[in-house]
Amino acid sequence: MQIHDLEKTFQEKIDKEIKIEPKDWMPDAYRKTNVRQISQHAHSEVVGMLPEGNWISRAPSLKRKAILIAKVQDEAGHGLYLYSAAETLGTSREQMIDDLHSGKAKYSSIFNYPTLTWADMGAVGWLVDGAAILNQVMLCRTSYGPYARANVRICKEESFHQRQGFETLMVLANGTPEQKAMCQDAINRWWWPALMMFGPKDSESTNNDQSMKWKIKRKTNDELRQQFIDMAVQQVKVLGMTLPDDKLVWNEDRKHYDFGEINWDEFWSVVKGNGQCNKQRLDARKKAHEEGAWVREAAVAYAKKKAARLLTKVA
Amino acid sequence: MKISIQKYYYGDFGGEEKASGEEIKKTTEETAWPLWEIFIRSKQGLDHKHAGSLHAADAAMAMQNARDVYTRRQEGVSLWVVESKYIHASNPDEAGEMYEPAVDKVYRHPTFYEIPDEVGHM
Repeated sequence: MQIHDLEKTFQEKIDKEIKIEPKDWMPDAYRKTNVRQISQHAHSEVVGMLPEGNWISRAPSLKRKAILIAKVQDEAGHGLYLYSAAETLGTSREQMIDDLHSGKAKYSSIFNYPTLTWADMGAVGWLVDGAAILNQVMLCRTSYGPYARANVRICKEESFHQRQGFETLMVLANGTPEQKAMCQDAINRWWWPALMMFGPKDSESTNNDQSMKWKIKRKTNDELRQQFIDMAVQQVKVLGMTLPDDKLVWNEDRKHYDFGEINWDEFWSVVKGNGQCNKQRLDARKKAHEEGAWVREAAVAYAKKKAARLLTKVA
Repeated sequence: MKISIQKYYYGDFGGEEKASGEEIKKTTEETAWPLWEIFIRSKQGLDHKHAGSLHAADAAMAMQNARDVYTRRQEGVSLWVVESKYIHASNPDEAGEMYEPAVDKVYRHPTFYEIPDEVGHM
């Protein structure tokens, strides 16, 4: 078959909602886009452990500490599901990790913002995990089978992340004046970066069209962002807090909330490496990887020694 | 009333330097662990079902990691770990020859046969 025919058959499968599996023929660009997107998603889970790991030792109670540890452990697991999904496309774990460390591969810019108070753990759960969930729910139906299955698994675990965040904020919202102020301050700082998580506007995004055609994505950046805003506006009322946007107003014609302009200069600046924590995050990952090298080597040496002993016994 | 929020700038705050692609230590063959496929029996009486994969140096470590990654919420009562290189998969390009012969053999299904209602459940 000619490449052209293969591409036609491939697109017909996608149109008929037949999932693509690892050994199936796929266009090179489909493979590359998936490797890029899935590894970026995996890196985000792994780097995402850092801002929260920062608060494990300073959680206000044993209960909150246990919850935070469980959440961070989930994120390590999510990273692993996703790395495995990407590996089915022919890349290796080592390559992906090297690309993260060299700066070639990106991760979600949200994790380049610092977590400054305990209320940030609540705001991160509610807003950051909330935004991630909308994206991941959509990705449960993505066209590449292993990526879809990884997202199904992730979504099952992720909803506790958002709920614990909201509950953390509820406690603060019903607390002392200082706790209330801390809650509002965290929401103010995380709101706009959370909206940026959905990526550039559809009119500026280069990957949207082809990804939609291949059903890697099912909704555009702007659709997901609007869905998130419409939900958050209702939820913030329960907290008795406000969102830091005076242009948020119900639009009866669109049946959605209108909102203010996102600071895209800030968005691109953080993507390009100038966020408050870009350097610290990458340094922490590299340090962990390098300082863990001897453990990986020792495990291999031990496995080899055990296998050799077994052979001698048999012989 | 004066309210002050204590912010912890020491724990989670970056330097002024920009993140860049400086020299990094590459992972070598020596330290790369093989890939394992994980199968979970969710409860007694059910089959083991494929759950995902992970890297581990040997079977004991694969088992330990599978427990930590795939059964944190009581997803299973039994685990199988199989090194991925031992799994032989059918070729999707040959799916036609492999599975199409079953398509026109409707007489292999019970609904193919007309039986009077008075026979009851059969």
